[in-house]
Amino acid sequence: MTQDSYTIHGVNGPVVTVTGGRGLAMMDMVHVGAEGLIGEVVRVEDGLTTVQVYEDTAGLMPGQPVVPLGAPMSIELGPGLLHNIFDGIARPLEVIQARSGPFIGRGLNLPSLDRARKWQVTLSVRPGDEVGPGTEYASCPETAVITHRCRVPAGLAGQVTWTAQPGEYTVEEPLVEVTDRRGTVHRLTLSQRWPIRTPRPAAERLPISRPLLTGQRIIDTLFPVGKGGAAAIPGPFGAGKTMTQHQLAKWSDADIIVYLGCGERGNEMTQALEEFSQLLDPRNQRPLMERTILIANTSNMPVAAREASVYTGMTMAEYYRDMGYHVALMADSTSRWAEALREISGRLEEMPAEEGFPAYLASRLAEFYERAGCVRTLGGEEGSVTVIGAVSPQGGDFSEPVTQNTKRYVRTFWGLDRSLAYARHFPSINWLTSYSEYTNDLKGWYDANVGADFVPCRQRISNLLQEEAKLMEIVKLIGADILPEEQKLIMETARLIRVGFLQQNAYHAIDTYVPLSKQLRMMELILRLYDGARALTARAIPLSQLKATGIFDQLAKMKYQVPNEDQSGFDDYQRQIDQALEQVSRANS
Amino acid sequence: MRLEYIGLSELSGSLIALEGVEGVAYDEMAEATLDKGERRWGRVILLDGDRAVLQVFEGTRGISLENARTHFTGKSMDMALSREMLGRVFDGAGRPIDGLGELFPETRRNINGAAINPVSRQYPRSCIYTGISAIDGCATLIRGQKLPIFSGSGMCHNELAAQIVRQARVAEQEEDFAIVFAAMGVKNDTAEFFRRNFEEAGALQRVVMFLNLASDPIIERILTPRCALTAAEYLAFDYGYHVLVILTDMTSYCEAVREFSSSKGEIPSRKGFPAYLYSDLASLYERAGMIQGRKGSVTQVPVLTMPNDDITHPIPDLTGYITEGQIVLDRSMEQKGIYPPVAILPSLSRLMKDGIGEGFTRADHPDLSNQLFASYSKVQEARSLASVIGEDELSDTDKRYLQFGEAFERHFIRQDAGEERTMEQTLDLGWKLLTILPRSELDRVDAKTLDAHYAEGAWEDLGTGESPRTA
Repeated sequence: MTQDSYTIHGVNGPVVTVTGGRGLAMMDMVHVGAEGLIGEVVRVEDGLTTVQVYEDTAGLMPGQPVVPLGAPMSIELGPGLLHNIFDGIARPLEVIQARSGPFIGRGLNLPSLDRARKWQVTLSVRPGDEVGPGTEYASCPETAVITHRCRVPAGLAGQVTWTAQPGEYTVEEPLVEVTDRRGTVHRLTLSQRWPIRTPRPAAERLPISRPLLTGQRIIDTLFPVGKGGAAAIPGPFGAGKTMTQHQLAKWSDADIIVYLGCGERGNEMTQALEEFSQLLDPRNQRPLMERTILIANTSNMPVAAREASVYTGMTMAEYYRDMGYHVALMADSTSRWAEALREISGRLEEMPAEEGFPAYLASRLAEFYERAGCVRTLGGEEGSVTVIGAVSPQGGDFSEPVTQNTKRYVRTFWGLDRSLAYARHFPSINWLTSYSEYTNDLKGWYDANVGADFVPCRQRISNLLQEEAKLMEIVKLIGADILPEEQKLIMETARLIRVGFLQQNAYHAIDTYVPLSKQLRMMELILRLYDGARALTARAIPLSQLKATGIFDQLAKMKYQVPNEDQSGFDDYQRQIDQALEQVSRANS
Repeated sequence: MRLEYIGLSELSGSLIALEGVEGVAYDEMAEATLDKGERRWGRVILLDGDRAVLQVFEGTRGISLENARTHFTGKSMDMALSREMLGRVFDGAGRPIDGLGELFPETRRNINGAAINPVSRQYPRSCIYTGISAIDGCATLIRGQKLPIFSGSGMCHNELAAQIVRQARVAEQEEDFAIVFAAMGVKNDTAEFFRRNFEEAGALQRVVMFLNLASDPIIERILTPRCALTAAEYLAFDYGYHVLVILTDMTSYCEAVREFSSSKGEIPSRKGFPAYLYSDLASLYERAGMIQGRKGSVTQVPVLTMPNDDITHPIPDLTGYITEGQIVLDRSMEQKGIYPPVAILPSLSRLMKDGIGEGFTRADHPDLSNQLFASYSKVQEARSLASVIGEDELSDTDKRYLQFGEAFERHFIRQDAGEERTMEQTLDLGWKLLTILPRSELDRVDAKTLDAHYAEGAWEDLGTGESPRTA
């Protein structure tokens, strides 16, 4: 750090130029102006440094002081992140509310973690122990479901020379002293800091071998995402991106959820906060908030903080990954982040590339999505960060730069469709444009954990939908009545798949979350009916006779009738299918 | 001491630049006095060392490099606020123009407002009854919501907005209800239409009007919605009014932003609009909502005309990404003579799901609206098929869909500009219309709800028994 003094030279929206010495480094954090607004150095020229400010810059004057903090933009990590809601640069919104009322004030430099709260700490090292990066030195129950494990940060190794007694400590009180080889003593507390733009290191990356189960049929069955993978949800407004993200945040089987509202609606964040506090996790009957971190940078909050918010979220996610947890990061929406990049780039007068976005858009997206992954942590456990990014393409046009560049770095693509949403077919994931590259990687897991039937069933379901799409071309021209019977059957079965399987009602108590075993059973029943019916049509029996038994309509509603815990109801459905087939068969013999 | 800077260094469009200034803050207000004593207001939009660039609200006509003296006020753009605003008319920059004199300010607030902390927000749940079936039934307006009307030039969005204002009711009939009306770049006739409407509804004493007509300066147009929303927030959160804000026409507003941006020499993004249009619109729309522990609410109904009826144009597109749904008007419906010409399928209310159903409107409401959407979307399929192969070749089911579509448009969507339907009427009408379709086609509703509401043949007393083609 230098002794130079810096002052404001100019102001243009969130971009402030600074004069003074030459000691400011790229990405250093600074406090700007009399109120000490938080900013970050984004460009350094001789004599003139450019800073982006994370708060509204109204009132700044040339000549006011700029104070460098001598470190890159970093956030505080420790117990108390869970069950909490932060803004884009990790300031706790509840504390902000207590300070400045219902409207967010400026220049509030607040620590992320509660300074007064005491945690029940168990120490896991003793004086004399050798520790290295990733060694657990203390732990405390953060919520009823998550134990917070404090690990020696990367780059520090040595011998433990002192430990505190087990007991209650705040995040600032020293717990362990480690003396490194040079004899320097490092004090470790419950918390640590990490620069948000630097990925946290891990021992090695592991191949993706397990799906992130979401309880959403179209996702788990047709387009799964692996734990440690990356997925994108692009869709025009009103197609249900946020709804899908909420469903995933609620029901996916990750240990920790980081939900990032980046440039979206305030009411949605309020709703997430409210709902996640009330809803119970189906696995342990505890409120979902106990495993959730919310980051809210709504669309009217300062744009530079929106740019930073995705890194804040990612750093928190990686921090819990390093404790050996499986973390899912939902970013809604990455387009708003890209727009923040564009806006700041415009203010910096950089040369624009496609549609005004800066030329480095693709590399920034790549950096972000590549921080997802399944790893062996420094502590030797398995942990993962799965990233699910919503994309809001302009005009619903998937050929725009953000969608296209995102597609290059994600392996699962859930394309939402406006016409499905108009027909209130939710989730409105289009089964023809979506894909998942994880299906092969995960085949082994499905075979071992769900059953050998699962993958073949999925393939058949997928084929039927493809066939239907082809037939639809014909039907649009000449109507469905003149199709041959076996093609009518394909259409009817595909309709059953769409209505009875792909459509899922997020507001229905039973249907909102469906375990894999039930998904498999439903597929099997649909295919059983299809196979039986095909045998009938082969005997030239018109499909209308089978339809008249009402069996198709009944199967379409089975999703609402059979509870997740007790799936014996499916046996009844199987009997009904057999009866219906038998009845039609006998009538024609 | 009053410090004035004499002369300017540059003039361009609505911008003026001064050199050698000191102690000027970003976003500060300045007053420029011309040699004849005329005063203009400006705001600092760029500081670069001792150079300051200002936007002048009333335009730069008549200003030369030498005839202006500029005084910096040391304050950011704020406006006087008082409960007495109710019943008054202001210009786009918040100055009274009704000849009733200046407002005695109770307080002054920055017109840019501040973001509501998501923790402090109260999630909106109480439904506003508009008495319009298409809205109440299928895209219910919720108190604290921002629900824009997407329209096109020459369509009847103003009539619809006026009808919403006239008929809007909340279940519990207690409270103080106020309307803030902001006109941005609208024709004089349109402003007059609304004024007359408020008058006829006997609501003039509950309305605050901000008028920036088509011929008024565009810089003021950028301030108009901000002034209006500042007034609305004040009435809502300080006085507990439930405020309905009508912003019309957002397209003119966005074009003003574009004009201003290009005069600043900013790099344009899509269709010449600045890259920050999203953030700019969000800073307006996000000012709707409710706050925990405060009585009032701000509900926004912005009106925008889609250029060339194109919903993917940046203005409706960015708006749709921020607002909580949209009501889309459709030209072909209007041409069929259906008022209000609401295109049901693309219309949506995002907050509806938590404000309807058991305990809010009626238990069957969610199922019914889902089913209406699903069935009506099949009507579109049947219609496109009919246009290829002819109606006679359609299957019986598809013919029923055509019939349902016509009846739905003629009986459900269409209603009189003065007609007010209760929620019960709307819902019962919806069920009645659904009986045109065979029961097996209603796949969004469970059997129990169907048993309660589906009465075979109930549609016949609507008088649609005749051929569906006569419409």
